[in-house]
Amino acid sequence: MIDDTLRVNKRRSGMKSYQEQTRSSTSCAACKFLKRRCTPNCQFAPYFHSDEPKKFAKVHKVFGASNVSKILNEVAEDQREDTVNSLVYEAEVRLRDPVYGCIGAIASLQHRMAELQHDLILARARLASYVGHRPSFLDDHGGLLVAPSIDFPESNSLPFDQFGRFHFP
Amino acid sequence: MNSSRCAACKHLRRRCPSDCIFSPYFPANNPRRFAYVHKIYGASNVGKILQDLPVSRRAEAADSLYYEAYCRIKDPVYGCVGLITILHQQIYDAQCQLARIQAEIAALSSQSQSEVQQYRQDENVGPSFLPDQNGVPNSTSYYDISTWFD
Repeated sequence: MIDDTLRVNKRRSGMKSYQEQTRSSTSCAACKFLKRRCTPNCQFAPYFHSDEPKKFAKVHKVFGASNVSKILNEVAEDQREDTVNSLVYEAEVRLRDPVYGCIGAIASLQHRMAELQHDLILARARLASYVGHRPSFLDDHGGLLVAPSIDFPESNSLPFDQFGRFHFP
Repeated sequence: MNSSRCAACKHLRRRCPSDCIFSPYFPANNPRRFAYVHKIYGASNVGKILQDLPVSRRAEAADSLYYEAYCRIKDPVYGCVGLITILHQQIYDAQCQLARIQAEIAALSSQSQSEVQQYRQDENVGPSFLPDQNGVPNSTSYYDISTWFD
Protein backbone atom coordinates (compact mmCIF):
# COMPACT_ATOMS: atom_id res chain seq x y z
CA MET A 1 0.00 0.00 0.00
CA ILE A 2 2.88 2.31 0.75
CA ASP A 3 4.44 1.44 -2.62
CA ASP A 4 1.19 2.31 -4.34
CA THR A 5 1.13 5.67 -2.60
CA LEU A 6 4.66 6.39 -3.73
CA ARG A 7 3.87 5.44 -7.32
CA VAL A 8 0.81 7.70 -7.30
CA ASN A 9 2.83 10.60 -5.94
CA LYS A 10 5.48 10.10 -8.56
CA ARG A 11 2.89 10.08 -11.32
CA ARG A 12 1.35 13.25 -9.96
CA SER A 13 4.62 15.17 -9.79
CA GLY A 14 5.68 13.94 -13.26
CA MET A 15 8.70 15.71 -14.76
CA LYS A 16 9.36 17.64 -11.56
CA SER A 17 9.88 14.39 -9.71
CA TYR A 18 12.31 13.19 -12.40
CA GLN A 19 14.26 16.43 -12.15
CA GLU A 20 14.33 16.27 -8.41
CA GLN A 21 15.50 12.69 -8.58
CA THR A 22 18.27 13.68 -11.00
CA ARG A 23 19.30 16.60 -8.80
CA SER A 24 19.24 14.63 -5.61
CA SER A 25 21.10 11.60 -6.91
CA THR A 26 23.85 13.34 -8.92
CA SER A 27 24.00 16.86 -7.50
CA CYS A 28 27.09 17.97 -5.69
CA ALA A 29 26.73 19.48 -2.25
CA ALA A 30 26.96 23.00 -3.68
CA CYS A 31 24.17 22.54 -6.19
CA LYS A 32 22.03 20.81 -3.59
CA PHE A 33 22.55 23.72 -1.25
CA LEU A 34 21.88 26.26 -3.98
CA LYS A 35 18.90 24.24 -5.19
CA ARG A 36 19.99 24.17 -8.78
CA ARG A 37 20.73 21.57 -11.39
CA CYS A 38 24.22 20.15 -11.16
CA THR A 39 25.68 20.14 -14.64
CA PRO A 40 28.33 17.66 -15.81
CA ASN A 41 30.93 20.43 -15.82
CA CYS A 42 29.89 21.93 -12.50
CA GLN A 43 32.81 23.84 -11.07
CA PHE A 44 32.09 22.81 -7.51
CA ALA A 45 31.34 19.14 -8.02
CA PRO A 46 34.94 17.82 -7.80
CA TYR A 47 35.47 19.51 -4.43
CA PHE A 48 32.10 19.51 -2.69
CA HIS A 49 30.79 15.96 -2.77
CA SER A 50 27.18 15.31 -1.96
CA ASP A 51 28.10 13.42 1.21
CA GLU A 52 29.75 16.53 2.71
CA PRO A 53 26.98 19.14 2.81
CA LYS A 54 28.41 21.03 5.78
CA LYS A 55 31.65 21.75 3.94
CA PHE A 56 29.95 23.88 1.31
CA ALA A 57 27.54 25.38 3.80
CA LYS A 58 30.44 26.80 5.81
CA VAL A 59 32.21 28.20 2.78
CA HIS A 60 28.99 29.67 1.46
CA LYS A 61 28.21 31.36 4.76
CA VAL A 62 31.57 33.11 4.94
CA PHE A 63 32.58 33.70 1.33
CA GLY A 64 29.48 33.14 -0.77
CA ALA A 65 29.21 30.85 -3.79
CA SER A 66 29.98 33.55 -6.32
CA ASN A 67 33.21 34.60 -4.61
CA VAL A 68 34.34 30.99 -4.22
CA SER A 69 33.72 30.48 -7.91
CA LYS A 70 35.76 33.58 -8.80
CA ILE A 71 38.64 32.47 -6.59
CA LEU A 72 38.62 28.99 -8.15
CA ASN A 73 38.64 30.51 -11.62
CA GLU A 74 41.77 32.48 -10.74
CA VAL A 75 43.86 29.46 -9.82
CA ALA A 76 45.20 26.63 -11.93
CA GLU A 77 43.09 23.48 -11.99
CA ASP A 78 45.69 21.40 -10.19
CA GLN A 79 45.64 23.89 -7.33
CA ARG A 80 41.91 24.07 -6.87
CA GLU A 81 41.65 21.27 -4.36
CA ASP A 82 44.19 22.99 -2.10
CA THR A 83 42.35 26.25 -2.60
CA VAL A 84 39.05 24.72 -1.56
CA ASN A 85 40.63 23.07 1.47
CA SER A 86 42.15 26.35 2.62
CA LEU A 87 38.87 28.18 2.07
CA VAL A 88 37.02 25.55 4.10
CA TYR A 89 39.59 25.85 6.88
CA GLU A 90 39.36 29.65 6.89
CA ALA A 91 35.58 29.49 6.93
CA GLU A 92 35.57 27.05 9.84
CA VAL A 93 37.91 29.19 11.87
CA ARG A 94 35.93 32.33 11.07
CA LEU A 95 32.69 30.69 12.15
CA ARG A 96 34.35 29.57 15.39
CA ASP A 97 35.90 32.98 16.02
CA PRO A 98 33.91 35.64 14.16
CA VAL A 99 36.09 38.47 15.51
CA TYR A 100 39.60 37.31 14.67
CA GLY A 101 39.21 34.27 12.43
CA CYS A 102 42.55 32.90 11.23
CA ILE A 103 44.34 36.06 12.34
CA GLY A 104 43.73 34.98 15.94
CA ALA A 105 45.28 31.61 15.18
CA ILE A 106 48.29 33.30 13.58
CA ALA A 107 48.74 35.57 16.60
CA SER A 108 48.64 32.56 18.96
CA LEU A 109 51.19 30.68 16.88
CA GLN A 110 53.49 33.70 16.72
CA HIS A 111 53.24 34.02 20.49
CA ARG A 112 54.16 30.34 20.87
CA MET A 113 57.06 30.82 18.46
CA ALA A 114 58.36 33.76 20.51
CA GLU A 115 58.23 31.61 23.65
CA LEU A 116 60.18 28.85 21.94
CA GLN A 117 62.78 31.28 20.66
CA HIS A 118 63.25 32.52 24.20
CA ASP A 119 63.58 28.95 25.49
CA LEU A 120 66.13 28.20 22.75
CA ILE A 121 68.25 31.19 23.73
CA LEU A 122 68.30 30.05 27.35
CA ALA A 123 68.99 26.44 26.42
CA ARG A 124 71.85 27.38 24.10
CA ALA A 125 73.40 29.57 26.77
CA ARG A 126 73.15 26.75 29.28
CA LEU A 127 74.67 24.29 26.82
CA ALA A 128 77.49 26.70 26.08
CA SER A 129 78.28 26.94 29.78
CA TYR A 130 78.83 23.18 29.84
CA VAL A 131 80.94 23.19 26.71
CA GLY A 132 82.92 26.09 28.04
CA HIS A 133 82.66 28.74 25.37
CA ARG A 134 80.47 31.75 24.78
CA PRO A 135 77.19 30.93 23.22
CA SER A 136 77.05 31.68 19.54
CA PHE A 137 73.78 32.86 18.12
CA LEU A 138 75.20 33.13 14.69
CA ASP A 139 75.12 29.55 13.53
CA ASP A 140 73.90 28.53 10.12
CA HIS A 141 70.41 29.69 10.97
CA GLY A 142 71.51 32.71 12.93
CA GLY A 143 70.78 30.81 16.13
CA LEU A 144 67.20 31.99 16.00
CA LEU A 145 64.27 30.80 14.07
CA VAL A 146 62.49 33.82 12.71
CA ALA A 147 58.77 33.57 12.24
CA PRO A 148 57.72 34.52 8.75
CA SER A 149 56.72 38.11 8.43
CA ILE A 150 54.68 39.53 5.63
CA ASP A 151 54.25 43.20 4.88
CA PHE A 152 50.80 43.65 6.29
CA PRO A 153 49.14 46.90 5.41
CA GLU A 154 48.31 49.53 7.97
CA SER A 155 46.26 48.57 10.97
CA ASN A 156 43.43 50.37 12.66
CA SER A 157 42.66 48.44 15.79
CA LEU A 158 44.73 45.25 15.82
CA PRO A 159 48.04 45.75 17.67
CA PHE A 160 51.09 45.13 15.51
CA ASP A 161 54.76 45.18 16.32
CA GLN A 162 57.37 46.76 14.09
CA PHE A 163 57.62 43.59 12.02
CA GLY A 164 53.99 43.66 11.09
CA ARG A 165 53.23 40.70 13.31
CA PHE A 166 49.95 40.48 15.13
CA HIS A 167 49.88 40.57 18.90
CA PHE A 168 46.99 38.84 20.53
CA PRO A 169 45.27 41.43 22.74
CA MET B 1 24.41 61.54 -3.35
CA ASN B 2 25.89 62.17 0.06
CA SER B 3 29.42 63.55 -0.40
CA SER B 4 30.58 61.96 2.85
CA ARG B 5 29.86 58.39 1.86
CA CYS B 6 32.02 55.67 3.38
CA ALA B 7 34.28 53.60 1.14
CA ALA B 8 31.77 50.75 1.10
CA CYS B 9 28.86 52.84 -0.09
CA LYS B 10 31.04 54.57 -2.66
CA HIS B 11 32.16 51.18 -3.93
CA LEU B 12 28.59 49.89 -3.97
CA ARG B 13 27.38 53.14 -5.53
CA ARG B 14 24.65 53.72 -3.03
CA ARG B 15 23.58 56.26 -0.49
CA CYS B 16 25.41 56.04 2.81
CA PRO B 17 22.83 56.09 5.61
CA SER B 18 23.60 57.58 8.97
CA ASP B 19 23.56 54.11 10.56
CA CYS B 20 25.63 52.46 7.83
CA ILE B 21 27.16 49.28 9.26
CA PHE B 22 30.33 49.78 7.23
CA SER B 23 31.13 53.45 7.66
CA PRO B 24 32.97 53.30 11.04
CA TYR B 25 35.34 50.63 9.69
CA PHE B 26 35.71 51.46 6.01
CA PRO B 27 36.45 55.17 5.82
CA ALA B 28 36.32 56.96 2.50
CA ASN B 29 40.04 57.73 2.58
CA ASN B 30 40.94 54.03 2.26
CA PRO B 31 38.99 52.59 -0.67
CA ARG B 32 41.32 49.62 -1.06
CA ARG B 33 40.34 48.29 2.33
CA PHE B 34 36.72 47.70 1.38
CA ALA B 35 37.61 46.68 -2.16
CA TYR B 36 39.69 43.76 -0.84
CA VAL B 37 37.05 42.67 1.64
CA HIS B 38 34.32 42.94 -0.97
CA LYS B 39 36.30 40.93 -3.49
CA ILE B 40 36.77 37.98 -1.13
CA TYR B 41 33.74 38.01 1.14
CA GLY B 42 31.15 40.18 -0.53
CA ALA B 43 29.44 43.14 1.06
CA SER B 44 26.47 41.13 2.26
CA ASN B 45 28.56 38.55 4.14
CA VAL B 46 30.73 41.22 5.73
CA GLY B 47 27.64 43.12 6.79
CA LYS B 48 26.18 39.98 8.38
CA ILE B 49 29.40 39.17 10.21
CA LEU B 50 29.62 42.70 11.61
CA GLN B 51 25.92 42.82 12.42
CA ASP B 52 26.16 39.64 14.49
CA LEU B 53 28.90 41.07 16.68
CA PRO B 54 28.66 43.54 19.55
CA VAL B 55 29.70 47.04 18.50
CA SER B 56 32.82 46.87 20.67
CA ARG B 57 34.24 43.95 18.61
CA ARG B 58 33.41 45.16 15.13
CA ALA B 59 36.55 47.20 14.52
CA GLU B 60 38.76 44.19 15.24
CA ALA B 61 36.57 41.96 13.10
CA ALA B 62 36.75 44.43 10.19
CA ASP B 63 40.53 44.53 10.53
CA SER B 64 40.90 40.76 10.62
CA LEU B 65 38.59 40.39 7.61
CA TYR B 66 40.71 42.92 5.75
CA TYR B 67 43.95 41.10 6.53
CA GLU B 68 42.55 37.73 5.61
CA ALA B 69 41.25 39.19 2.35
CA TYR B 70 44.65 40.77 1.75
CA CYS B 71 46.36 37.40 2.29
CA ARG B 72 43.92 35.66 -0.01
CA ILE B 73 44.45 38.20 -2.78
CA LYS B 74 48.22 37.85 -2.43
CA ASP B 75 48.00 34.06 -2.34
CA PRO B 76 44.72 32.88 -3.91
CA VAL B 77 45.51 29.20 -3.23
CA TYR B 78 46.35 29.24 0.47
CA GLY B 79 45.55 32.73 1.76
CA CYS B 80 46.53 33.17 5.39
CA VAL B 81 46.34 29.39 5.89
CA GLY B 82 49.74 29.28 4.18
CA LEU B 83 51.16 31.40 6.97
CA ILE B 84 49.59 29.12 9.58
CA THR B 85 51.18 26.09 7.93
CA ILE B 86 54.59 27.75 7.90
CA LEU B 87 54.27 28.71 11.56
CA HIS B 88 53.26 25.17 12.55
CA GLN B 89 56.34 23.84 10.77
CA GLN B 90 58.63 26.38 12.37
CA ILE B 91 57.21 25.63 15.81
CA TYR B 92 57.78 21.93 15.24
CA ASP B 93 61.38 22.59 14.12
CA ALA B 94 62.02 24.79 17.15
CA GLN B 95 60.60 22.17 19.48
CA CYS B 96 62.86 19.52 17.95
CA GLN B 97 65.86 21.80 18.29
CA LEU B 98 64.99 22.55 21.90
CA ALA B 99 64.58 18.86 22.69
CA ARG B 100 67.98 18.11 21.13
CA ILE B 101 69.69 20.82 23.13
CA GLN B 102 67.99 19.74 26.36
CA ALA B 103 69.08 16.15 25.73
CA GLU B 104 72.66 17.37 25.23
CA ILE B 105 72.47 19.36 28.44
CA ALA B 106 71.13 16.35 30.32
CA ALA B 107 73.90 14.14 28.94
CA LEU B 108 76.62 16.65 29.77
CA SER B 109 75.13 17.29 33.19
CA SER B 110 75.10 13.64 34.17
CA GLN B 111 78.58 13.18 32.69
CA SER B 112 80.04 16.03 34.70
CA GLN B 113 78.37 14.82 37.90
CA SER B 114 79.77 11.34 37.47
CA GLU B 115 83.22 12.83 36.73
CA VAL B 116 83.11 14.81 39.97
CA GLN B 117 82.10 11.74 41.95
CA GLN B 118 84.80 9.65 40.29
CA TYR B 119 87.38 12.34 41.04
CA ARG B 120 86.48 12.38 44.72
CA GLN B 121 86.64 8.61 44.88
CA ASP B 122 90.02 8.45 43.15
CA GLU B 123 91.67 11.31 45.04
CA ASN B 124 89.89 10.78 48.37
CA VAL B 125 89.00 14.43 48.25
CA GLY B 126 87.24 15.91 51.25
CA PRO B 127 84.32 18.28 51.25
CA SER B 128 84.25 20.17 48.04
CA PHE B 129 83.99 23.57 49.67
CA LEU B 130 87.65 23.34 50.72
CA PRO B 131 90.00 25.22 48.41
CA ASP B 132 92.25 23.27 46.11
CA GLN B 133 96.01 23.09 46.60
CA ASN B 134 96.52 26.53 45.11
CA GLY B 135 94.18 28.07 47.62
CA VAL B 136 91.50 28.75 45.05
CA PRO B 137 88.00 27.88 46.16
CA ASN B 138 86.64 24.88 44.35
CA SER B 139 84.35 25.91 41.54
CA THR B 140 81.96 23.04 42.18
CA SER B 141 79.08 24.39 44.14
CA TYR B 142 78.51 21.28 46.18
CA TYR B 143 78.82 21.67 49.92
CA ASP B 144 78.70 18.48 51.95
CA ILE B 145 78.56 19.58 55.59
CA SER B 146 77.70 16.11 56.80
CA THR B 147 81.42 15.35 57.21
CA TRP B 148 81.77 18.21 59.69
CA PHE B 149 79.98 16.09 62.29
CA ASP B 150 81.81 12.78 61.78
